[in-house]
Formats: sequence, C-alpha cells, structure tokens
Amino acid sequence: MKSLDARGWTALALILLLVAVPPLARTFDQNFYLLLFTRVVIMTTAAISLNLILGYGGMVSFGHAMYVGIGAYAVGISSFHGLNDGWAQMALAMAVAAVAALAIGAMSLRTKGVYFIMITLAFAQMIYFVAVGLSRYGGDDGLTVKRRSDFGLFGLKDPAVLYYVALAVMLAALWLSWRMVNSRFGLVLRGAKSNDRRMAAIGFATYRYRLAGFVVAGTMCAVAGVLLANFSDFVSPATMHWTRSGDLIVMVVLGGMGSLFGPLFGTVAFLLLEEVLSGITEAWQIIFGPLLLALVLYARGGIDGLLAKRTERGDG
Amino acid sequence: MAEPLLTIDRLVKRFGGLTATDHLSLEVMPGEVHAVIGPNGAGKTTLIAQIAGELRADAGEIRFAGEDITRLPAPARSHRGLARSFQVTSLFADMTVEDNVALAVQAHDGHSFRFLADARRDARLRDPARAVLARVGLAERGQVRAAALSHGEQRQLEIALALATRPRLLLLDEPMAGMGAEESARMIERLRGIKSQVTIVLVEHDMDAVFALADRITVLVYGRAIATGRPDEIRRNAQVREAYLGDEQAAS
Ligand SMILES: Nc1ncnc2c1ncn2[C@@H]1O[C@H](COP(=O)(O)OP(=O)(O)OP(=O)(O)O)[C@@H](O)[C@H]1O
Ligand SMILES: [Mg+2]
Repeated sequence: MKSLDARGWTALALILLLVAVPPLARTFDQNFYLLLFTRVVIMTTAAISLNLILGYGGMVSFGHAMYVGIGAYAVGISSFHGLNDGWAQMALAMAVAAVAALAIGAMSLRTKGVYFIMITLAFAQMIYFVAVGLSRYGGDDGLTVKRRSDFGLFGLKDPAVLYYVALAVMLAALWLSWRMVNSRFGLVLRGAKSNDRRMAAIGFATYRYRLAGFVVAGTMCAVAGVLLANFSDFVSPATMHWTRSGDLIVMVVLGGMGSLFGPLFGTVAFLLLEEVLSGITEAWQIIFGPLLLALVLYARGGIDGLLAKRTERGDG
Repeated sequence: MAEPLLTIDRLVKRFGGLTATDHLSLEVMPGEVHAVIGPNGAGKTTLIAQIAGELRADAGEIRFAGEDITRLPAPARSHRGLARSFQVTSLFADMTVEDNVALAVQAHDGHSFRFLADARRDARLRDPARAVLARVGLAERGQVRAAALSHGEQRQLEIALALATRPRLLLLDEPMAGMGAEESARMIERLRGIKSQVTIVLVEHDMDAVFALADRITVLVYGRAIATGRPDEIRRNAQVREAYLGDEQAAS
C-alpha cells in the first residue's frame, strides 16, 4: 500500500472520528452532536453522488437535491400508505430516481455549459412544484413520517443505529465512487470533462457514458433521501428547493471537485460552519459567503487541494 | 492501380459567405503519404475536420475503404479506421501521458461500461499504450501529466493518441507546428518509421518535411485543389510556385 499523504491522513482521521461519534456523544451526553453528524453523513453521500458527475464528469447539475427529495418522498408516501419495509422503500426510491435521471439526463445532456445548468434546474423546479401540488401528501407543508423504515434485521428508530446505517451507506458510496472513477467507465467520464472533442476523435461517443453517470449519481443520491426522511421523520418540498441543490454544489466545490474525499471534507466543513456561524449571528450567510468565495478563489482545488498541496499528484 | 483508400468528391464547406472547401476532389491511395499544402487559411484544417467527421460537409461525398462515410459522426469514423491529430494541441491535459494513450486504446477495446475494475492496472490497455509511447519516443514520460510536457513532447503525444487507435488512415494536421529545427528533424524520422505501417494525409507548412515524406502532394488555395502530383512535379508547377511556394523559390 502507498503511504498516506496529508489528505489521506485527514480523511482517515475524519472517518475514525465519525465512527466514534455515537459513543462520544453518549459519554459526554451530547445527543445534539449525534444528530448533527447524522446529517453530515447523510449529506456526504449526496455530495459524493454529485461529485461523480460534477467533479469527475464536469456536469454542473443544478437540480441534484431533487433526488434527495425523490428518496425522501418514496419513504414519506409509502409509509403514509402503511408500507414501511425499508428494502422496498429503498428499491422504490432508487427506481424512481433512476427513471427521473434517465429522462432528465437524456434531454439535458444534449446541451452544454449554462444551458445544461438551466435545464437541470428547470426540471428540478418542475418536480419541486409537483411535490408542492401533492395536497394529499401535505403539499407545501410536507408530510410527517409516522414510522421509520423497517429493514427486518434492523430498524432505524434508534438514533445510533440510524447513524451507523447512514455511515455504512456513506462508506459504501465512497468505495463505489473510488472504484468507479478509476474504472474504464470513470476514465471515459473524466476524458469527456477534460476534452470531449478529443474523445470523439479517438472514437468515444461520450453521451451514453455521461448519461449512465448521471443515472448512477441520481440513484445513489436517492439513498441519501431515504435516510434523510427517516432522520427528520418528515418530508417536504423544501428538501428539493433549488437552494438545497446549490448547497450540494457548494459542498462539492468547497471540498474539492473531482477528488475522492472532497465531498466528505466539503460537507463536514459546510454543515459545521453553518452550525457555528448561525450560532453567532442570524445573518450567518454574510460571513459564510465571503469565506467560500475566498476559498474558491485562493484554493482552486478546495479543501482537498489545500491538503494535497504538499504532495503532488495521485488522486483517487 | 488499387482502389483509393480515401476518396473526396466535390466536397464543399461554407462558413457564412466564405467557401472554405470549394468543390474539392482528392484521392488517397493505400500506403502513400499524401501531403496537403497551401497558404494560411487555404482550408487545410477544415478539410481534415470534414474527413474526421468533426465538421459536416455542406455538399459532396467522402468515401473511405469503399464506404460512404459522409454522414458518419466522428467516433464512428474512428472505428472505421480514421484518426487525426490536431494542429492546436488537444490532449487530456490533466491526465498522465500514459492515461492519455490508454484512453485511446480503450476506445477501441469494446464498450466502457465497466464500473469496478481498475483501468490503470488493465494490461489490455496499458501494454499497448506503453508500446505506442515507445514508438513516439515518450517511453520515459508515461507518468508525467500531459500539461507538464514540453511543447515538442506534447506534439509527440498528439500523434501517439492517434496511433493508439490503430488507424488505417492517419490525418496529421501540422505535426511540426511550433517545433524547432532539431525537433522537426526528429519528428520527420519518426514519421518515416510510421509511414510504412499506415496511410497518411499530412498537412504541413514545413517544406523540408513535406518533400522528405510525401509520395504525392495536393496544393490547396482558397479551398480548391489547384494541383496534385509527385513532389518533383509540384516543385516545377508554375501555378503552384506563384500561388504558394513564393517568389524566392520560384527564382532559385
Ligand atoms: N469555424 C469556423 N467558422 C468560420 N470560419 C472558419 C471556421 N473555421 C475556419 N474558418 C475559416 O475558413 C478558412 C480556412 O481555415 P482553415 O483553418 O481550414 O485554414 P488552414 O489552411 O488550416 O490554415 P492554417 O495554415 O493557418 O492552419 C479560413 O479563412 C478560416 O478563417
Ligand atoms: Mg490549419
């Protein structure tokens, strides 16, 4: 095995810390941190999925929170109808997300740049308003999830169990994205981002690969949505508001686009900063905004880039 | 004589009011190095782009190995055996040299819906990639990022990317662009080595290279082929001298 660099050590330390959150929270009687980190871990999965297409594939999808919403509503609606089987809910969430991503991707991936951003945003807004219009399921106000998902061997009622499930999902997503970005498929995605014209010249029609990446990312993100609905015992259109999609992009950019651990770094930093700053002042975004800007301007590779400075090359 | 490998028949490409390719006809025979020369803006790059499938011709026909490919998109033409290099270097700048070439190998090794296996340890990609790098003189540079190569090395990688697809016809758009005399001379030697294995259309301003490598030359002016012939014929052609080779050469 290669020796770890600064970013590898940071990631390892962070993951060990994440594993230790529930016992630490219990020891110090700080349940609040368990909840905070549950959210961190769930959103990291969402950010990992976005990083696949945004970071590695160069597809700036401005509607990614939609898939979180799809996953959350899959839980909300099925539990409303008395179906609480977690596996079935998971399968439903992933299937709907995959179909949505396939349809949206098929149309939007024919465009580039700003058009792509606008089209993905437009579709996400459409789905958002569909959710608002679901008056039976609470419409704008959302819908309470009365019973959490039941996975047979385990339920998600115990906060520590939910946390570890979310952490396991996050680690699985991390593993999958690591394998994928270094696979033949992943190299095609990277190539398409780097130089699509050359890709065509050497014989790649990249559209179907980018579409496949888009579908994988959306499907993975829906899993985060399933967990989020269980975590908050509630789903509402706000989950897929366009500002939530913006947050996801910020997490990925902040952490370092197209780096394996970037989404983890970015999500941890984003949610902790949000927590700390909003404790100081209501107008925390006034501090957060410039901070982000500074990082993006001075550290183009995000947090991962800062950590990697000392050690040249060798990502993923 | 054998069938031409590539036949271009009254090809037309217009950019607004400008006719960049003007009823151009051209035949490339198997095994030859066919140079295309002409002044700046004559339409050489535009022609290459149409043969490679990047630009759609407005009229006319392109036949390759007996098949009409006029409407095929670029990736499909690559799979028929066409490969091009770019006048303005166009690489995967953020990837290593070996990754660059391995990707070109991968494009011709079945589909790429393989999600889990590590492509960087895939001998089916890496071995041919290294072999191609050795052929263009970049064997030692495999692990360097493409962006970190010198200009001359980037030009070598340009050709490596095209060669890695194992083409039947190689379209080279000014392979010596921006090279010093010494580098050019070495590139000529490399191309000499390659020419026995693949048919080449060579666009080049460097006349030493053209006369050293070409079996036949077509002279392009304002999108039209004003002459085609063996190097000695082209050298003697008065119209060509006037239009392209310039007075000093005409006088000498
Ligand atoms: N995409 C385009 N849109 C409009 N005009 C173009 C385009 N591409 C090329 N042209 C014009 O077409 C003509 C032919 O250009 P082309 O690049 O093919 O010339 P060239 O022979 O390769 O020149 P050079 O020796 O400088 O590389 C030029 O007048 C150029 O300005
Ligand atoms: Mg040109």
